[in-house]
Amino acid sequence: MKIYRIHALICAGGQCISAGGNDFEAALRTEIQKHGLEEEVQIVETGCMGACEMGPMMVVYPEGTLYIHLQPENAKEIVEEHFLKGRKVHQLMWEKAEGHFPTLNEVPFFALQTKIVLRNCGVINPENIEEYIAYDGYTGLAKALGEMTPEDVVAEIEKSGLRGRGGAGFPTGLKWKLTAQAKGDQKYVVCNADEGDPGAYMDRSVLEGDPHTLIEGMAIAGYAVGANQGYVYCRAEYPLAIQRLQKAIQQAKSAGLLGNQILGSRFSFQLQIRIGAGAFVCGEETALLSSIEGKRGEPRKKPPYPATCGLFGKPTLINNVETFANIPVILSKGSSFFNAIGKEGCRGTKVFSLAGHVKTTGLIEVPLGITMKEIIYDIGGGIPGGKVFKGALIGGPSGGVIPSSQLDVPIDYEHLNTLGAIMGSGGLIVMDESSCMVDIAKFFLQFTVGESCGKCTPCREGTRQMYEILDRISCGEGREGDIEKLESLGKVIQDTSLCGLGQSAPNPVLSSIRWFRDEYEAHIKKKVCPAGVCTMTKITTNKEEPRRGRKKASTRTIT
Amino acid sequence: MESQIQQTLHFPQIDRVIRREGNSPEALIQILHGTQEILGYLPEEAQLYIAQQLKIPPTKVYGIVSFYNFFTMKKAAQHVISVCMGTACYVKGSGLLMKKLQELLGTKAGETTEDGRFSYREVRCLGACGMAPLISVDGDIYGRTTPDALPEILQKYTDQ
Repeated sequence: MKIYRIHALICAGGQCISAGGNDFEAALRTEIQKHGLEEEVQIVETGCMGACEMGPMMVVYPEGTLYIHLQPENAKEIVEEHFLKGRKVHQLMWEKAEGHFPTLNEVPFFALQTKIVLRNCGVINPENIEEYIAYDGYTGLAKALGEMTPEDVVAEIEKSGLRGRGGAGFPTGLKWKLTAQAKGDQKYVVCNADEGDPGAYMDRSVLEGDPHTLIEGMAIAGYAVGANQGYVYCRAEYPLAIQRLQKAIQQAKSAGLLGNQILGSRFSFQLQIRIGAGAFVCGEETALLSSIEGKRGEPRKKPPYPATCGLFGKPTLINNVETFANIPVILSKGSSFFNAIGKEGCRGTKVFSLAGHVKTTGLIEVPLGITMKEIIYDIGGGIPGGKVFKGALIGGPSGGVIPSSQLDVPIDYEHLNTLGAIMGSGGLIVMDESSCMVDIAKFFLQFTVGESCGKCTPCREGTRQMYEILDRISCGEGREGDIEKLESLGKVIQDTSLCGLGQSAPNPVLSSIRWFRDEYEAHIKKKVCPAGVCTMTKITTNKEEPRRGRKKASTRTIT
Repeated sequence: MESQIQQTLHFPQIDRVIRREGNSPEALIQILHGTQEILGYLPEEAQLYIAQQLKIPPTKVYGIVSFYNFFTMKKAAQHVISVCMGTACYVKGSGLLMKKLQELLGTKAGETTEDGRFSYREVRCLGACGMAPLISVDGDIYGRTTPDALPEILQKYTDQ
């Protein structure tokens, strides 16, 4: 094996590429060649490093120098100064305090994280299976096949305390057990990679940055529940993720880690990708299964649950990307390792995509039970521009808002529920004083109105009614009693909708009324928007008619 | 009628997609993906042809095409501008970008400009929230976009 003096890890996550990372890499390669350093410097393209705010970025090892916001013209200086003469280029580094340029592990954004799911993202080349294997990859699968019975594997996952990371937090071990116990000659394992929450992109990062961890997790699941066929249902909006996953599947097949008689055992497992076509409701498990079957993604009532009657009517295990990414670690390091992280009732870590009005945006992985304050201020660096924190949106269109008075509450499934929010898939959008809560509630309602599949009345009609009330409030035409109407309507929709989309659609409205009622009242009674966002007059814009959910549900015209 | 259609559309290409994805109703969505990739949109004729090949009613194909946002029956403009309407982009002002585009292009969202050059639309989260607000033109991403930066971006494509 070749030994290099310097390893330059360049983030090849979707965002760094979009910000021009490829151009920088090309320039760097040219410069390295020009100075004849090919034998001394190795360039590694890694998955997302997480600090998307700083992209395009590069980390230079052995010491861990962090270069950010790189442009092609910076390549020359880095090669001539740093790679040749050993002098770091300070103006391209992240500056913590004046004159202090921390290495990767000294930057709080990175140092305060605990990485399980994202352990390899930003560390290995996602397109090289050997790098994954070198980082203990596929040892979990080898251990399961070589030393454990399927029942042992299920028991190990149960002991770990892992809960589903897709939103609701259903105990993963129990789900596996139910599928394993279900009777059927054919069973399936399905991965939900239809990451629809606007503002969450952790699944994208895992698929792009460490696709083998998903493959390994799904193969272990297949062994545990007795399935020989798996499907990954991925969003069409993530072409790079699909491409890398396809490549990884091919590599795993060639290495005998997927396909027939894996690692010489009697276990066979095939994996296929199904590309979604843009429907938020397909994140709901029964709708997703319909979509894999080539049908409209409409949910059906439960029970029967997919564990007994799922894809093509067969017992099916569905977990999301982040859940599966935990599995290899639980198997290789043992449930006790995993169980030591987090707190009672919610073990392990959670990945959040931190965005909005916060200094360092990006993907972070933290132990469950951490407080919102730690995430926003210690890791995210606080609110930029000297503005005041107003609220944090968690759980996307199904979630709620956490106000400043609740920043010290630990983040776990139960506490978030009592606050009227949900864990969701991990979108975490920070808002400062310039955001209006009525406007945000309206934004989410517009989303759910548009994405309602139209099958059940409370969701199809109810969300539309709520949207119209919010719309008139934001136009200065709110009436006395509108808040109460929103509350009672929201409650009915929660109670009577068929699937999770409708049941949780009122959450952003109800939670913002709960914490920011005065703001709603100001809109209705004083006809003012305290944040100055809402126009407060009815203006007819040329804009595409946004409230077309019902029409869309039946005829779904497309733009 | 049938022979006419066969002349105007590249049916062998759709045939290839069907062969690749499998000639069964459950492959319908994947077949439509492949077809849209080739034609740029899903005209009625293509939908009818696929229905015929899979031996399913055309309404079923139309039901899928109209249900999923990703599929379109309109021929796209030369350059398609997508404005991300994810939450992170929204709180950072993607609504203002839509307004500015309307002003610059003089068309409604989803419509094509008279010269056939541009159309713009809202899209669901593109998953690049760290760079919010962002737009994509023909797949090229522009992060941290301000309304003032839009004329310059459009100019690049006008010159092409």
